[in-house]
Amino acid sequence: MAVIRDPVPAFEFFEPTSVEDAQVLLRRYGADAWVLAGGLDSLDWLKDRIKRPEALVDLGNIPGLKGIREWDGGLEIGAMTTLAELVRHPAVRDRYALLLEAAEATDSTQIRNQGTLGGNVSQDTRCWYYRAGWACYRAGGDMCHADTPEAINREHAILHADRCVAVNASDTAPALIALDARMVIRTAGGAERIVAAEEYFVGPGVDITRMTILEPGDVLMAIRLPATWGGARFYFEKVRDRQAGDFALASVASATVVGNAGIERMRIAVNGVAARPLRLHAVEMLVRGRPASESTAMAAANLAVDGAQPLKFNAYKVPLMRDLVKRAIRGSTAAAWSLLT
Amino acid sequence: MTRAIALTVNGEQCGGDVEPRTLLVHFLRDQLGLTGTHVGCVVGECGACSILVDGALVKSCLMLAVQADGCAVTTIEGLSTPGALHPVQEAFVNRFGLQCGFCTPGFVMASHALLMRNPNPTEEEIRRDLSSNLCMCTGYVQIVEAVKEAAVTLEQWRTSRT
Repeated sequence: MAVIRDPVPAFEFFEPTSVEDAQVLLRRYGADAWVLAGGLDSLDWLKDRIKRPEALVDLGNIPGLKGIREWDGGLEIGAMTTLAELVRHPAVRDRYALLLEAAEATDSTQIRNQGTLGGNVSQDTRCWYYRAGWACYRAGGDMCHADTPEAINREHAILHADRCVAVNASDTAPALIALDARMVIRTAGGAERIVAAEEYFVGPGVDITRMTILEPGDVLMAIRLPATWGGARFYFEKVRDRQAGDFALASVASATVVGNAGIERMRIAVNGVAARPLRLHAVEMLVRGRPASESTAMAAANLAVDGAQPLKFNAYKVPLMRDLVKRAIRGSTAAAWSLLT
Repeated sequence: MTRAIALTVNGEQCGGDVEPRTLLVHFLRDQLGLTGTHVGCVVGECGACSILVDGALVKSCLMLAVQADGCAVTTIEGLSTPGALHPVQEAFVNRFGLQCGFCTPGFVMASHALLMRNPNPTEEEIRRDLSSNLCMCTGYVQIVEAVKEAAVTLEQWRTSRT
């Protein structure tokens, strides 16, 4: 019987048990090293043979990168904590249900058992031209294949495109921004660097070849959720073509504190519409002090899509994003997408 | 270059020399001869290669064999006992939950994992959970019925044992 193996190109495989050891390997192999978390994004690259790293450095055997701990009134989540662990953790459920919903919206049981929070926020874009190995700007080339008259760009960006029109596909990213999460990074030099979730993601205008601020050799250690937004009123919605195994066409995550005089403060972020998840600062300012009503929601939603520049096939994302922002502000009993199974 | 791995598969100690690039599903099929776990899409979309690793349902095309070193693996072969199908398998037979059968091992494993976690799922929960797996014959209605029947059988097992 013929044996079908579909082998990926050979590589060396390392399973360091400390971050220090991992960084020694990353330094040794430099651009030929590849950091492996849950493997869902990585293995696709390797099987497609678009990326051919010489050495895989698996972070799965570093105990310090796993688990969820109480931290300064909030939570610290190890970067290698699986999405399934997040979904079933009581403290996440009680105080940060926004992150739970976002993690639960990620693919299926199997993928949540294997995928990690650190990997989910650090995953590469799914632009199919780029993933297929076309020499685009993001891959070091000199054009964008998704933004030509013939291009199929139904899932691409409507905001902040800069040569590249790819979008960020992470479900947890907008939730972490809305929760004002802090990303704890160990730099290649061994220093600790802590950045707000909002700053963790970079657009093509800053660096067209990567999705996050991680420099070569950096390791994302943990994600910290401060107490600030614990127990706020949350809204998360992800719209996708298929209920499982599909990335967001657009998603929204928000945390709102509503008092007697209306919205006291709000944090809102969207994803699937730009190369990085977008925090909607203007919306947050507009809704402050206003009632969480239809008219507030309408005004804010129009502001949210101000300046949108759809491509040939993704104009639908403008009203889609507008509606998601509206729902996040005034709430919705009709968010039936997740119920249609 | 290969490396030696040792793991427990369906309760038995197993091992082998694998290249780091070998996917877990290929190790199970080609080196251990456990061909019940099927290779469908090989990119984590179809669920035909679903197995349990340390009790968690995973797609074995999305894992390297070396990552399963030291783990306890359960494949479709580990569900039945000699001469007797597992209640989930039995229910798939009774309810015609399969046509060509290609997706079946994955569906059975996913259903088994669901029922361990949630012994009495609603139809909506079954449908949502099994959306991780694809059946190209579209026998979904019978598959959902099979899971419901298996839930009842397993409940009877539990009550009759206590």
